[in-house]
Order: sequence, then structure tokens, then C-alpha cells
Amino acid sequence: MGILKKFFRRKRQARVQELPTGSMTVNAKGDLLTSTVSSNYSRKLLTDVSREVLGIFREAREAQLPLAEFTVHFGSLRITAREMRNGAVIFLLPATKPAPTQN
Amino acid sequence: MPLAVMQLPMESRHNILIVDDDPDWLDVCREALSQLPSKPQIRTTNNGPRALAMLDAAPFRLMICDLKLPKMDGIQVLSLVHKRYPDLRTVVLTGLEGEEIRSRSYSLGVDLFWLKHDMQQNPKMFSDCIESLLGRESNSGFRGIQSKSLMDIIQLECMSRNSTALRITQGPLVAKIWIQDGELLDAQVGNMRGEPAFQKILAWKSGTFENLPAEPDHERTISRSINALLLETAQAIDETAETAPTEMLERADHRKTVWRLSLMAGEGAEFVVSVPAGGPVDKGEVWGAPFAEQLAGWTRKVSEAGKHLGDRLEAGPLSHIAGCSAERNMVMLSRDDKLFLVAWPPSEAETDLLEKTKKLVASWES
Repeated sequence: MGILKKFFRRKRQARVQELPTGSMTVNAKGDLLTSTVSSNYSRKLLTDVSREVLGIFREAREAQLPLAEFTVHFGSLRITAREMRNGAVIFLLPATKPAPTQN
Repeated sequence: MPLAVMQLPMESRHNILIVDDDPDWLDVCREALSQLPSKPQIRTTNNGPRALAMLDAAPFRLMICDLKLPKMDGIQVLSLVHKRYPDLRTVVLTGLEGEEIRSRSYSLGVDLFWLKHDMQQNPKMFSDCIESLLGRESNSGFRGIQSKSLMDIIQLECMSRNSTALRITQGPLVAKIWIQDGELLDAQVGNMRGEPAFQKILAWKSGTFENLPAEPDHERTISRSINALLLETAQAIDETAETAPTEMLERADHRKTVWRLSLMAGEGAEFVVSVPAGGPVDKGEVWGAPFAEQLAGWTRKVSEAGKHLGDRLEAGPLSHIAGCSAERNMVMLSRDDKLFLVAWPPSEAETDLLEKTKKLVASWES
């Protein structure tokens, strides 16, 4: 039986990774202050995202094109970021959900 | 005559100075100008030094000057007048024909050049021109010497949605182009009208032009868009002209520039940045904005940052990036191995920006 089980055991189905949903606030260094994004997503990943977002704001200022807010539209996700006094607030929204802004 | 105009107080009426050594002409001009709706006060003199003394003594809005004058010729008078009274509108009214005289007068900065026999044949048009000059605000807009191609001039008029009738003169040839609210209504040269006339006029390489008052009721014979017509005409001119390959390339570049600027103006975009998706950023182009290098660099960086974010979050391909500030809105997207960043005024509705950007980018290389 033990041998047969090896042949007929159902293959484990691949886990479907949910898209991140929620918001987070970050400080000027990109450190996470608060987050409503699922804990399935590592803190490091979210910190990477926030640093990338802050980099876009910083480089926009350097290019004489300061931005108050921007939205990155992907096939299945939108990332909306608003610059705050000491950091930013970032919204992660699957493309099917209503966005906080119309961008 | 409307009662309101009849009751204009003396101090609100413009002063016009007419300088001509022929007393009969002074009478003709006085008679014609006294019929103007704004009822200007008309003063006359028969020589240049006296005219300068009168200009020193009282404020004048407009001076009509003959070129053939005793003591001091009209060109000298106009030259002095433009130095001393840059806001004074000036009109040359002369019997001297010739392209050189006309060009020389315009190079001095005169507002209008009229031949006396033209004025006799069309006194209504002359009066309209003078009334239009009197009505223009003295402290708005720029005045100066134009040395541009006719195509540039027409494009400027259309881009700024002006209404005017352009009178173009090349030697003995006189043509007219009617523009209303930035749209081409009609063109006429000799017996030709409409598009063929427009194409013929644009083939002229030199000449002078005057802005005459608009004629909104003029019959429309041209229905195609100005951009399409200008491009087609420029191509036709290039094909017929025997030009060196480098000159052809320069012309093609010039046409492309004109096309893109008019596209931007037509759509209402503030500036456009176009950068190759790969390779050196310095091959990028920036239209309508300073800081070209920084903007091109940032466009590339933001695209790379967006792709990086998409990869990290497995969010699918990057579609576009939209941003806003108090000064402007902007949309960045890629098309045909190029990245485009288009800035729009904040007044543009954000919901329409993506579609407007896509439309502009699609037309950009056409």
C-alpha cells in the first residue's frame, strides 16, 4: 500500500499567490510605519517597494518635475503613492478594485 | 452711428497724425478717417520735422506717413519715431511701389504698408485696418521684425486660434489668406481660390505680409485641417524643388518639428519627452520644456523603477504611470521601443489624460 500511495497520491496544487491589497505609511527613509497589507508579504518586500516609491518622488524633484502623487498601473495591480511631509502613504490595489484616486 | 460712440469724450478719443506733403491727400485721409466708428481726432502736417515736434507736444496713438516728404524723407521720420515712441502705431501710405520699399518699411517696424491707389480702390478696407490698429491694446503682445517662412506665420496664426486676413505680397503679386478662429477659410491669388491658391502662395520664398481685420463672413472654400494641408504642401514643394540631400533632411526635420509643436499645441500638452526604451538616454528628445537632460533621465529611471516594482510584486506588465502636482499632470507610457512622458496642465480632466496621451503618442511619429 505504501508503494501504491506514492504513485496515486494527488499532486499538491500550486498555491495561488494573492495580489497585495492594502495601504502602508512609510517614513522618509522608506521604513514601514503602518501597514494593512497581508502578512504573507514580507516586511522586506514592502520596504523595497516603499524605497522604490520614495526614489521616484526624489528623482522627480531632481528633474524639476516635483510630484504630489503618482499611480503605477500594471496589468493586474495599481500602486498609488502620495508624498507626505516625512515620507509617503502607499496604496496597493488589484486592478479590479476601485482606486483611491482617478489616476 | 451708435449714440454711445457719438458721445465719446474728447480725452478718450485717439489722436491720429497724418504726414503728407500733398494737401489733397491730407483732405482725402481726413475725410476717410473721420468716418471711423471710434471718431479719432485727426491732426495733419506736411513735413517730418513738424511731425516730430507735434509728437513731442501731444500723445498720439497712430501716425500715417508718406515716404516722399520734403526736408526729411518718410523712412528717416519713421526711423526716428520708432526710437522715440516705440508704442506709436505707424502706417505707411505712399505712392512708391516696389518690394524693396515695402520690405524696408516693414523692417523699420511699421504696422501697415498701403499704396495710395490701393487705398483709393478699397477705402473701406483701409478704414477697417486703421480702426483695428487703433483698437489694439498698446501694452499687450510683442511687436518686432518678422523673418519667418510663410508656413511658420500661418501656423502661428492657426495655433493661437487667431482670426485674421493675411495679405501677402511678393513683387507685383498680391494674395490673401483668410483665417477664422485658427481655421483656414480661404486663400486667393489672382484667379485661383481655395487649396490650389494656398499651395501656390506657400511656394513663394519671400515677400511681406500684413494682418488685416478678420472677415468672419467670408465664404469658406477650404475644409481640410491646416496641419494636413501644410504637410501636403511642404511635401509638394520639396518634391518639385531640386535640393541637396542634406537640405532635404533639414527640411524634413523642420517639418517634423512644426508638426509636433502644432500637435502639442492642438492637444493642449505642456511638454513631451521621448526616450528610447534601451540604449543611451542622450538620444532622447524633449519638446516644450527646459531641463531636457534631467527629464529624459527621469523618464527612463521611473520606467525602470516601475518595471522593478512589477517584477517584485508579480503584478504583470507595466501599463503606464500617471502623476500629478499643483502645476501639472503627467502620463508616462511606452510605445514602439520608446518611452513617452507627456505633461498636461492641471486644468485637464484626469480621467481623459490617458486617452489623450495615447492619441498624442500615436500621432507623434506619423
